[in-house]
Amino acid sequence: MTIPWLTLAIALPALGGLGVALLPRDRAETAKRVTLGVTLATLVLLLAMASRFDPSGARLQFTEVYPWIPRFGVHYALGVDGIALVLILLSALLVPLVVLAAWNENDDAEDRGKGYFALILVLEAMMIGVFAATDVFLFYVLFEAMLIPVYFMIGRYGRGAQRRAAAVKFLLYSLFGGLLMLVSVIGVYALSSGAGQGTFLWSELAGPEGLLAGIDPATAKWLFLGFFVAFAIKAPMWPVHTWLPSAAGSSRPGTAVLLVGVLDKVGTYGMLRYCLELFPGAATWFVWPVIVLSLVSIVYGAVVAIGQSDMLRLIAYTSVSHFGFITLGIFAMTSQGQSGAALYMVNHGFSTGALFLIVGFLIARRGSAEIADYGGVQKAAPVLAGTFLVAGLSSLALPGLSPFVSEFLVFVGTFTAYPVPAVIASVGVVLAALYILWMYQRTMTGPLPQDRPAPRDLSGRELWAVGPLIALIVLFGLYPQPLLDVINPAVEQTMQQIDVTDPAPALDQVAGGQEGAGE
Amino acid sequence: MTEILAAEPHAVTAAAEGAILANAWLLIAFPLAGAAILLLGGRRTNGWGHWLAIAMSLAGFAWAVLALVQLLGLAPQERSRSAHVYEWFSVGAFTVDVNLLIDPLSITFALLITGVGSLIHIYSVGYMAHDENRRRFFAYLNLFVAAMLVLVLADNYALLFLGWEGVGLASYLLIGFWQHKPSAAVAAKKAFLINRVGDMGLLIAIMLMFATFGTLSFAPVAEAAGDAGRGVITAIGLLLLLGACGKSAQLPLQAWLLDAMEGPTPVSALIHAATMVTAGVYLIVRSGPIFEAAPYAQLVVAAVGAATLLAGAIIGCAKDDIKKALAGSTMSQIGYMTLAAGLGPIGYAAAIAHLVTHGFFKAGLFLGAGSVMHGMNDQVDMRRYGALRKAMPITFATFGLGYLAIIGFPFLSGWWTKEGIIEAAFAFGGVTGQILGWATLIGAGLTAFYMSRVMFMTFFGTARWDDGVHPHESPKSMTVPMIVLALGSVFLGAILVFGYRFAHFLEPVVGAPEHHEFSLAHMLTSWPSLTALALMVAGVAFAWARYGRAEVPRTAPAGNPITVAARNELYGNALNEALFMRPGQRLTAAAVAFDDTAVDGVVRGVAEGVRQSSQGLRQTQTGFARSYALTMVFGAAVVVATMLGVGVA
Repeated sequence: MTIPWLTLAIALPALGGLGVALLPRDRAETAKRVTLGVTLATLVLLLAMASRFDPSGARLQFTEVYPWIPRFGVHYALGVDGIALVLILLSALLVPLVVLAAWNENDDAEDRGKGYFALILVLEAMMIGVFAATDVFLFYVLFEAMLIPVYFMIGRYGRGAQRRAAAVKFLLYSLFGGLLMLVSVIGVYALSSGAGQGTFLWSELAGPEGLLAGIDPATAKWLFLGFFVAFAIKAPMWPVHTWLPSAAGSSRPGTAVLLVGVLDKVGTYGMLRYCLELFPGAATWFVWPVIVLSLVSIVYGAVVAIGQSDMLRLIAYTSVSHFGFITLGIFAMTSQGQSGAALYMVNHGFSTGALFLIVGFLIARRGSAEIADYGGVQKAAPVLAGTFLVAGLSSLALPGLSPFVSEFLVFVGTFTAYPVPAVIASVGVVLAALYILWMYQRTMTGPLPQDRPAPRDLSGRELWAVGPLIALIVLFGLYPQPLLDVINPAVEQTMQQIDVTDPAPALDQVAGGQEGAGE
Repeated sequence: MTEILAAEPHAVTAAAEGAILANAWLLIAFPLAGAAILLLGGRRTNGWGHWLAIAMSLAGFAWAVLALVQLLGLAPQERSRSAHVYEWFSVGAFTVDVNLLIDPLSITFALLITGVGSLIHIYSVGYMAHDENRRRFFAYLNLFVAAMLVLVLADNYALLFLGWEGVGLASYLLIGFWQHKPSAAVAAKKAFLINRVGDMGLLIAIMLMFATFGTLSFAPVAEAAGDAGRGVITAIGLLLLLGACGKSAQLPLQAWLLDAMEGPTPVSALIHAATMVTAGVYLIVRSGPIFEAAPYAQLVVAAVGAATLLAGAIIGCAKDDIKKALAGSTMSQIGYMTLAAGLGPIGYAAAIAHLVTHGFFKAGLFLGAGSVMHGMNDQVDMRRYGALRKAMPITFATFGLGYLAIIGFPFLSGWWTKEGIIEAAFAFGGVTGQILGWATLIGAGLTAFYMSRVMFMTFFGTARWDDGVHPHESPKSMTVPMIVLALGSVFLGAILVFGYRFAHFLEPVVGAPEHHEFSLAHMLTSWPSLTALALMVAGVAFAWARYGRAEVPRTAPAGNPITVAARNELYGNALNEALFMRPGQRLTAAAVAFDDTAVDGVVRGVAEGVRQSSQGLRQTQTGFARSYALTMVFGAAVVVATMLGVGVA
């Protein structure tokens, strides 16, 4: 029989989470070890699965379909394409690193962090599930259920007096989006019933042959909006972004890594998989509004980031800017734009993940995320400063580091279809240099403050947490093609589903399609 | 038999070519490996790290020399070899390859970068001997060499961009090398930021190229440049120029270069004089076919060059900081090159020739300045120098030769190559040619003045040293590179220009303009040449009167308005602050306030409402999570109800 890879990858952390939660209160050390072991096992399992993925094979692979609520056509249906695969791998990679980084973080809590680690495992199961789900209802359930562990991770294990308020804000925002999406999910079911057979299976709904192919354009636009607003909140996009800075600012940095590095990607992933492919006509109709919102996100997020005094909030705002690039790439409707956007999701996980982790190390040393509390760290802790600089440079998309490739692809892909927006977006390149290097200057350079002990350099554990991210940032900066080889076919198929093609170079158009372009 | 004999040498050449030209990636791999080993190896490599870095740089130089020999063995029209290394990334019809192009232009740069680079590596052993972070310094130097080689060896604009921003990173790291000094950290950030503005231009140019030509490789873009619309190709040209202005500190993106002198002096010599700052000139010459299809953009290039060559020279006249005076000079000299590059094919060879000789004499001058600082307890104020020629004879001699070269003393390197630019400017013809030509002549006079000022204030006159300063000559590791560079300052110009050797060598890349009479006899008798000579003598004489014969005050006199303006770098910083920094700060503050009150305010209102309602619940049910649980129950109820509703319907 075939191995149910995805179910195993979901069950492993889910059961691990349960086990950790059931451990007696005084077994916090065991809880940490079990958590790390389970997350590493999950990573190995998924890497083994990924090695069996065939980029030139079917769109969805490792599929599993079982009826769940037959009466409403709900299935427990899993499967991955290249985009879902790389996002699942990203999640599985980030979780053990977060566990390592958070090793001693909750030692002061009454349960010494046992609950936190259990929540991380449960969240991991849900994250893998949400990317693997190929049933719209299952996706929706996981999309909403993910809120629960995150809510507790912020509200209970977060930082600062505002954490409960931040958790509530996060929850309200998400629930609001979720409700709109629910309406659309039900609408999809109703329409598929009308088209002959009520189902939530994505593979039966999407595409020119799918059950949603012939729906009324006006209805499609409303349903599109239901999904889109939920995803825009999750992403987050301007102007529904303000939950993120509060949530990230009140999170443990490890929580912030998962929140921004993975959970937010569910939003942009959902746009590609659901908004575009279920409602291609509506998606094309909404291109310009989305492009405008993306541009506002890029510039506005960067400008507000520059003005932040708290590093966690600053990084959160840079993400608003980065997510603007992702949505821009998706809605440019070109292969470079969409592959760039998908790759951007992965690279952003590396670079922002590393930034959050390192800020976490700083907080562990001095108990503050305020920029003003630091200075001259480079002199006392050169390795910490060095990793911070590489992560920062990757965030500003320095060529040679992985985020450059994705940002460059988004730029090129956007420009071929929408030149003016691409030019406006390029302002983000300058602003990114400012917010990163200014933060670095204020925290890492200059003289050490005299009135405080010098921060010590990274410990071995901390280096193991952030080192792999730095290594991947460099590796995929110089050699990103293995990721693109997996992503490209999925994007090609998406473009076929929504029936768009790349614009030809201007000279070829003039010459009536002279051959050899792009060789 | 004869056939076999005839074929054999060719086969040997082909095999050797396979080894050297096809493996051009090694040229980059050497310094890159050096940087990686030193950075990852950490303190363990402290003892020998600098020697490894030197070895890697020299290995690159050796490889470049071998490649040059190979190249010269080929027929001129075949001297362009592209070596495929690997596919960087590819999506749809868009593929970016790591392809290295070895042709006369790129090999010239590779030799300059690794040659002068190696000398400066060696010099730094002595100069940085007492710095606890010397290993890191050498790692960054190696990183710079690797990135710069990527920049000049790339065969497409995307890979060039990798090197372009890579050298920007190295420059950032090295300007801010002494980052415990806030001024150094600020200068590093400023350099990166202003460069990013230029890079944005280059990035947009790249997007526009792909959208227009469907490729980013030099050769096909050059071929199709003429077919693109005039507006598009002009836009590409101007955007490339914006990139060049950032990297090469040309107006209006010049303001970072003088601050960049915060970096250790070897860095100023290598990156901010000899190599990186000339990358803009390289970009324009490499993109020659684009500019030739866009005469308007080309004219702007020449105009920017002319304006910068004068502005830099004026700034150089007023600075008392020896490194900043030299930095003004660098701006000005690169202005010459940019101007020449803006003239089109008649200027390309002149621009590159001047770039090469400038690389030698300006690097030599900076190393000399470093040697002086080394002997003067890191003093940079020339008003505290004076009469150093006896205390530092080797520094005096090598600096002096570099000085004679840059002011265009006949038969020294700078004379040959600067004359080339002056002649080319006048040969351009028309009013434009006259204006540009006169700019180069006035610049020549100013150059003689400000460089003589540096020379006299440093080595002549009376000693104005601070107490406790005992100037001494620098160690051999520093003086030997200075001597080698001085030899280049003397002879290289003649070697390159005499008999048009260099112009012929570059011809396959930059084209073959009709040669104007640049013969020795012509250079000694033409009126622009004689005028330049006269202006040079006048500049030296004026400087002698003010700074040689007359006593130099230890504190700078108030000065006339022009001097004050020049000291303030012609208010470039004030302009940037008024136009960008302060409005930017206001915008940022306003945006943060807007986000906190307006955008978030709406949400907070809702949240507040929920908090208050949950307050009521809290009286019966303790704990903050209850409100959430209730919401979930409510949500689940809605789900079930609607599902049932739909199902029933």
